[in-house]
Amino acid sequence: MTKKTILNNEHRELGARMVDFGGWDMPVNYGSQIDEHHYVRQSVGMFDVSHMTVLDVKGAQAKAYLQNLLANDVAKLTRQGKALYSCMLNDEAGIIDDLIAYFLDEQNYRLVVNASTRDRDIAWLQKQAGNFDVEINERPALAMIAVQGPKARQKVRPLLPQRLGLSAAEIKPFSACWYGEWFVGRTGYTGEDGFEIMLPEDKAEGFWKQLLEVGVKPCGLGARDTLRLEAGMNLYGQDMDETKNPLESGLAWTIAWEPVGREYIGKAALETIKEKASSDKFVGLLLEEKGVLRGHQEVVLDDSSRGEITSGGYSPTMERSIALARVPASIGETCKIDIRGKLKNARVVKPSFVRQGEVQIEL
Amino acid sequence: MSNTPDDRKYADSHEWALLEADGTVRVGISDHAQELLGDLVFVELPEVGTNVDKGEECSVVESVKAASDIYSPVTGEIIAVNEALEEEPEVINDSPYEDGWIFVIKPADVTELEDLLDAEGYKNQTEDE
Repeated sequence: MTKKTILNNEHRELGARMVDFGGWDMPVNYGSQIDEHHYVRQSVGMFDVSHMTVLDVKGAQAKAYLQNLLANDVAKLTRQGKALYSCMLNDEAGIIDDLIAYFLDEQNYRLVVNASTRDRDIAWLQKQAGNFDVEINERPALAMIAVQGPKARQKVRPLLPQRLGLSAAEIKPFSACWYGEWFVGRTGYTGEDGFEIMLPEDKAEGFWKQLLEVGVKPCGLGARDTLRLEAGMNLYGQDMDETKNPLESGLAWTIAWEPVGREYIGKAALETIKEKASSDKFVGLLLEEKGVLRGHQEVVLDDSSRGEITSGGYSPTMERSIALARVPASIGETCKIDIRGKLKNARVVKPSFVRQGEVQIEL
Repeated sequence: MSNTPDDRKYADSHEWALLEADGTVRVGISDHAQELLGDLVFVELPEVGTNVDKGEECSVVESVKAASDIYSPVTGEIIAVNEALEEEPEVINDSPYEDGWIFVIKPADVTELEDLLDAEGYKNQTEDE
């Protein structure tokens, strides 16, 4: 049985093409995915992300619990509302999921995890909670709408409950504020400024319609994928999974090595891997010829060793094909990609192609 | 709803085949197919002069979502390709039946067209997709 978000009817009324996305009936586009992509880069678009899983962690030992659970360190969070991106690792340092943790106070944190990994995540969180004084509560009755683009904040603020609108004007990037059941994070998955808004389900339809009225364009999962790829943001299940560690997934920056005394799940394995200097690295690729890079295409290095594209596609902003790839560390400045048996030239670049509407690499 | 003109034939795999007055067959993809694929971003055209069999992969169209093979609806020789698609693949989205044609084939046996679906049959087939 396919699950539906509270906004399902809105998508259908807008003529969205719907697809099954990890068991959820979700909009892939409302017409042209490329138009939606450009609209977010240049103005403002919105995405129904109510399928994502919101979990509240509460208790006297909430902080200690999350310090043990996550590879990044929630002790970095000292200002109320501040967010932290982290991997949740298994004992072998494989990535169970990536998530955002918001600091509400020392005894209350909110986690947002992927929809596709929900069941496994919750089981893991419960299992690890054993020795800690914490409780974990899922918040399935919250809808979530991401409003993204340079005009996102100015469009959203007047539509929020009044007191929240005032605080939302003040919050810094990667921070959140809340009022009652409404929760606004200045976060996103597009490389643009914007908000991710959690709100009670019975308010979601009205809020969505108000956003439409002020000219916020509805955007589907298709544009969400090309936007995050241009921004060089990993997608769980494609760019990493339980068999990959953060060091070979471009996520070394999310590991808190300090303080060295902190124990966390996956630490020992991670330190062993780091000692050995992982042979694979995670890079961006820019195709120098016509064609489209896709996940699972083979990367052929100058020394004939091989890597693999994890996510690839067409970049509407650059009008070129780009990809994220896991490759041997011997990779140079260029490589070849096997596209249907033909070897095509690609350039190796930093995996951050477009941020804040600006192309980050030389074309 | 997708548009399905009845002046041509359709393959299960979503190509259309239009018999021209000079006996050649023009080939493209249906409106339904371009809708399913989404915005097209790349077309790999066959080479003029290539001989292809009916049902053989001879071209690839790639959208923002995925790559999709184009199968020749008849056996014959490729005699023209729509080079405009190399620069503007989105023409297939805008005009799948006219400006978005992909190649023209000189058929070895024009009666092979009779094996394809007519517009009505194709519409019935795609209704559930």
